Amino acid sequence: MENILTASGLRKHFGSTRALDGLDLEVRRGEVHGFLGPNGAGKTTTIRILLGLLKADAGTVRLFDGDPWNDATTLHRRLAYVPGDVTLWPNLSGGEVIDLLGRLRGGLDDTRKNELLERFDLDPKKKGRAYSKGNRQKVGLVAALASNVELLLLDEPTSGLDPLMEEVFRQVVAEEQARDGRTVLLSSHILSEVEALCDRVSIVRDGRTVETGTLTELRHLTRTTITAELASPPDGLADLPGVHELQVDGTQVRFEVDTPELDAALRQLTAAGVRGLVSRPPTLEELFLRHYKTGEVKAEVAR
Amino acid sequence: MNTLAGTGALVRLILRRDRVLMPLWVVLMALVPMFLGSSIKQLYPTAAAVSEYARENLGNSTFIVLYGRIYDTSLGGVTFWRASSGMLIIGIISMLVVIRHTRVEEEAGRRELVGSAVVGRHAGLAAALVATIGANLVLAVLLALGLTGLGLPAGGSFAAGLAWAATGGIFAAVGALVAQLTEGAGAARGVGVTVAGAAFLLRAAGDVAGEGADPSWVSWLSPLGWMSQMRAFGQQRWWVLVPAVALIALLVAVAFALQARRDVGAGLLPPRLGPAEAAAGLRSPLALAWRLHRGGLIGWTAGFAVLGAVFGGVAKSAQDMLAGNQQLMEIFERMGGESALSDVVIAGTMGVSALIVSGYAVQATLRMRTEEAALRSEPVLVTRVGRISWALSHLVFAIFGPLVAMAAEGLVTGLVYGASVGDPGREIPRGLAAALVQLPAVWVLAGLTTALFGLRPRLAPAVGWAGLGVCLFLGLIGAAVQLSQAVLDVSPFTHIPKIPGGDLAVVPLVVLIVIAGALLALGLAAFRRRDVPVV
Ligand SMILES: Nc1ncnc2c1ncn2[C@@H]1O[C@H](COP(=O)(O)OP(=O)(O)OP(=O)(O)O)[C@@H](O)[C@H]1O
Ligand SMILES: [Mg+2]
Repeated sequence: MENILTASGLRKHFGSTRALDGLDLEVRRGEVHGFLGPNGAGKTTTIRILLGLLKADAGTVRLFDGDPWNDATTLHRRLAYVPGDVTLWPNLSGGEVIDLLGRLRGGLDDTRKNELLERFDLDPKKKGRAYSKGNRQKVGLVAALASNVELLLLDEPTSGLDPLMEEVFRQVVAEEQARDGRTVLLSSHILSEVEALCDRVSIVRDGRTVETGTLTELRHLTRTTITAELASPPDGLADLPGVHELQVDGTQVRFEVDTPELDAALRQLTAAGVRGLVSRPPTLEELFLRHYKTGEVKAEVAR
Repeated sequence: MNTLAGTGALVRLILRRDRVLMPLWVVLMALVPMFLGSSIKQLYPTAAAVSEYARENLGNSTFIVLYGRIYDTSLGGVTFWRASSGMLIIGIISMLVVIRHTRVEEEAGRRELVGSAVVGRHAGLAAALVATIGANLVLAVLLALGLTGLGLPAGGSFAAGLAWAATGGIFAAVGALVAQLTEGAGAARGVGVTVAGAAFLLRAAGDVAGEGADPSWVSWLSPLGWMSQMRAFGQQRWWVLVPAVALIALLVAVAFALQARRDVGAGLLPPRLGPAEAAAGLRSPLALAWRLHRGGLIGWTAGFAVLGAVFGGVAKSAQDMLAGNQQLMEIFERMGGESALSDVVIAGTMGVSALIVSGYAVQATLRMRTEEAALRSEPVLVTRVGRISWALSHLVFAIFGPLVAMAAEGLVTGLVYGASVGDPGREIPRGLAAALVQLPAVWVLAGLTTALFGLRPRLAPAVGWAGLGVCLFLGLIGAAVQLSQAVLDVSPFTHIPKIPGGDLAVVPLVVLIVIAGALLALGLAAFRRRDVPVV
């Protein structure tokens, strides 16, 4: 499928801080792409480079066949952006901001806007300084979602939304994609949101992409947790290369095993005689947390 | 909980945050009278020479408007009088400091952070007042020591110091009050500066209107008026401190009462609702900039129109005074005809106005920086609006805003003065020319600020305001303390021809416009190349 944006080998320094260190990112047309990583990993920096606000020190970026730094204003007609902390002008009402940003972008679907205002339960008459954090986010979301653009760049767009509104956001994004085939790059720390919405995800850490793929592919790369009741104490399980966190309590065993080593581990269990077996696939949490933690991850990813 | 709990800790926090700024303004302002005193002493080395100078200027209406009346003709008295504009400056600084540590904190949400710790409801306001009034008292002592260092009597020196500190205290209390009224710090500052401007105008009007040695009762409506009634080194009316302290106590009590009745973050003046949809015209960066700048533009223009009326009126009374004084009349006729004095008054006041309006130019330019740092430039720059159009939408107001304000002042000056001498047809274009000829210097400061905004955005506010500070110092005090011409030439305002009355030298104006244009272009070019936002 065609890529709507491609970044490769992006590097960016701020003084002595290295924000990006060879980051790669590919987003395909029509997909919702999750962009994940711990705080300070470089997500916002990447998005600002994609928007042509920051200039990368090295690496290449293509956005709709253009270069965001040089062709910013032409490319901007085709995208909308919602930052994680929407700031509003204190003396403009929310409705004014939505209309203004839509017009500056080149047009706004009024029916869609009114529908979104309703669904997000947002009062457009309040002045900017009078909105709560969550309501400021809604102003940014309505402004972006109601405009006729091909690409939505959303940087933690739901921070501060209550669970009800979070649900509305998910429905709306799903509709966007189904109806108009819009592409969404969604940076988020809310794993259930990512799981519900994203076709593919990229995980970044320390300014580098450490993982990219569909959720199924990612799951495949991780460990299954196995609890078993055996006929006799196990033998040789501890020496298997893919087995981690092994706990043996008489004939009870509990361990995690890398997916490629599953066969070997099960053979060891059957050798000891299986009386009971529970196998649990990795939760998304475990999957991400492993990437978020420092140290151990790099070596395993390299394999 | 004790509503003042934690005040001490907050005072320390304020002193820490302002550890550079506060000593700077306290020491600099405390030095001003000493500098002025020593330069007067150099110019007029004997007591007789000083009092001769003072007596010559007793009825000078420009001086009366700018500095008030002279109540004592000794070196000390003349110094206290000549330095009196410092009292207004101290007042405004004190007010802004209090707003900075109260309403600004609340608006930024930091007040809530502190409020959730063990801190009483009134502690923030109390701490801001304690720190600011304390700084003013330190200033009083330093100022008094400086003047005694010149060999002036200690009593008068302390009277002068206390008059300044009391003014600072009164305006700090005004700041405490206005900070309760509005949700936005900008609006609070606006109300506060208007109060200060009104105090200045009342003092000026009352002093001009007085009979003989005494100002009219109108001066007594203004704290600046009372404080000059301290008459340091002369009659030394210590009792004026009593109403000053009473007023401070009253204002502070009202501020505390208001604060007790409102929520953190809220104002007393209720926020109004806006329209649900944008007007059809709100569709360009310029339309957005108009919404952000129009309040400032209207305020400055109205203020300058009022200034024009005051100065236009003074120019006439300056001439009336001449008509009644044969000796002075001869001097001025020798210097350049009957209209010369009013010309000098008009050119001089336009020069001062240009320095003031530069504050507007710098502020409007720095609006770009405020927008960027608050991340409000981002949503606009990720639409099809280019960086240059965005920057220009703000710079239009930095460049043409001062033009509109100065034009208003020039027109009204010409109109009022023209009406009083019966020849508005001649005076209106002359007033307008006097006002507009100043603009190239104002634009240089806007250009300097823009250049920094492009090249070193974090330094732009400091350099912009420092640039204005240097021009203010050179323009208002530089000649009095006898700096060399080479130093005075640093200020673009030095090169503005003295119109009306003088020759309209075109070359310096063109050079200033070219410099301003080059600085603007440099800033814009750098802005296009740099990362946004730099926070
Ligand atoms: N303007 C800047 N100046 C200096 N350092 C910066 C700047 N912007 C980002 N950084 C640094 O670059 C790194 C990446 O920051 P970035 O904001 O891209 O992270 P992020 O992945 O968006 O994090 P979060 O999940 O917290 O939003 C961090 O170490 C951050 O401190
Ligand atoms: Mg971020």
